[in-house]
Amino acid sequence: MKPPPFAYARVDSVDEAVAVLGDAGEDVKLLAGGQSLLPAMNFRLVRPRRLLDVGRVRELDYLTFDGREARIGALRRHSALVQDTGLRGPWTALREAAACVGNVPVRNRGTFGGSVAHADPAAELAVVAVTFEAKIVARSTTGERKIDASDFFVGPFTTALDPTELVTEIVFATPASGVASVFEEMAPRIGDYALASVCAAVTIDDGRVSFARIGLGSVDATPIRARLAEQVLTGRPLDTDAIGEAARSAARECDPGSDVHASAGYRRTLVAILVERALLRLRGLDS
Amino acid sequence: MPEWLETERVELVVNRERRQIDLPVRASLADAVRALGLTGTRVGCEHGVCGSCTVLLDGEPVRACLMLAVQADSRDVTTVEALADGDELHPVQQAFHERHAVQCGYCTPGFVMLAVGLLEREPAASEERVREVLSANLCRCTGYAPIVEAVLAAQHNLLKQPR
Repeated sequence: MKPPPFAYARVDSVDEAVAVLGDAGEDVKLLAGGQSLLPAMNFRLVRPRRLLDVGRVRELDYLTFDGREARIGALRRHSALVQDTGLRGPWTALREAAACVGNVPVRNRGTFGGSVAHADPAAELAVVAVTFEAKIVARSTTGERKIDASDFFVGPFTTALDPTELVTEIVFATPASGVASVFEEMAPRIGDYALASVCAAVTIDDGRVSFARIGLGSVDATPIRARLAEQVLTGRPLDTDAIGEAARSAARECDPGSDVHASAGYRRTLVAILVERALLRLRGLDS
Repeated sequence: MPEWLETERVELVVNRERRQIDLPVRASLADAVRALGLTGTRVGCEHGVCGSCTVLLDGEPVRACLMLAVQADSRDVTTVEALADGDELHPVQQAFHERHAVQCGYCTPGFVMLAVGLLEREPAASEERVREVLSANLCRCTGYAPIVEAVLAAQHNLLKQPR
């Protein structure tokens, strides 16, 4: 299968990219790593008339930490996140989530910004962004805005982005000291789309949970937080009772669909299992 | 403002040789290398599922069907044709031959390039890691066991070789 014909242009800077988008807007589709867009074009599910290649905008390929926040350029590839030795401690979930994206050749091309803008409900890094309350930075000719991840994802493959905007970076506020995070998913095969995924982060102070975040992927129209499960954990020891209660709560808080791969009920069961797994790992990290 | 193109002259360094080719912009990197006569790169599913078109881009395995040829402009591409030295097969190819990791052969160049890319970057990759990386590609004949064995055997031989 070949994509339908289109016109192609490549830009080397954010300024050029937003100028083109400002001029042409909806008529233009952005190409970053192409690992989701090109298959969709080959299937002819997407038929852009014009394809603007931003894959070589080098100024968007970075990952920096300054103590206050971690900033990840939109063109940072998944493989670079997997290999980043700075992604440990509170950031562990980011590295683990990146390692679940597709397979090695796909991770060598796919980018964080591309994944976020594509807004596949099964996308791993989007779950981490929502869990960590990251901000998605979007630029247009009229300026820059920071969109909360929970507002950015509107529905399956739908975001709050305006057609004139380019995602330039994803900003994560550094969690308070003592936060640990993990990512868990279940897919039919390694590298396949997740049937359910969980990002969990906790702080344990004097044996009790003082901070809890749980995010879920593939089980709703967008990545979501399991806020009741977070409340269940807060203030309690991370014991079997609390973990089981949080897992059951998370399974109730999502609204999964049924498809050929798994029923909604099965996906809920997976959410409970994955939350339990994530929390048991976090408890193990604390001891 | 950039120019909108429907065809472009793409310049690639393929197997250490500078090549130019005029292509419609929708042509994939797999189309490009095959148009250059390098038909060892197989096109299977054309949507990134099977991995039979795997080539190395600047040394890293990528799916050549999930990349436009224009995206690879002025970059370094390695295809399966670059591996053998005359009649002497690359250790990965030799191991595939010896372990019967080939049946119909269609997926073989993709698996070989995936394995070469892995063993160059991670010469001491564990068996678990080898299996995980190989899971990117599909083979409908062998059942994978001989492919995994071949890559592990090639790794063993490469580690013995003075570099």
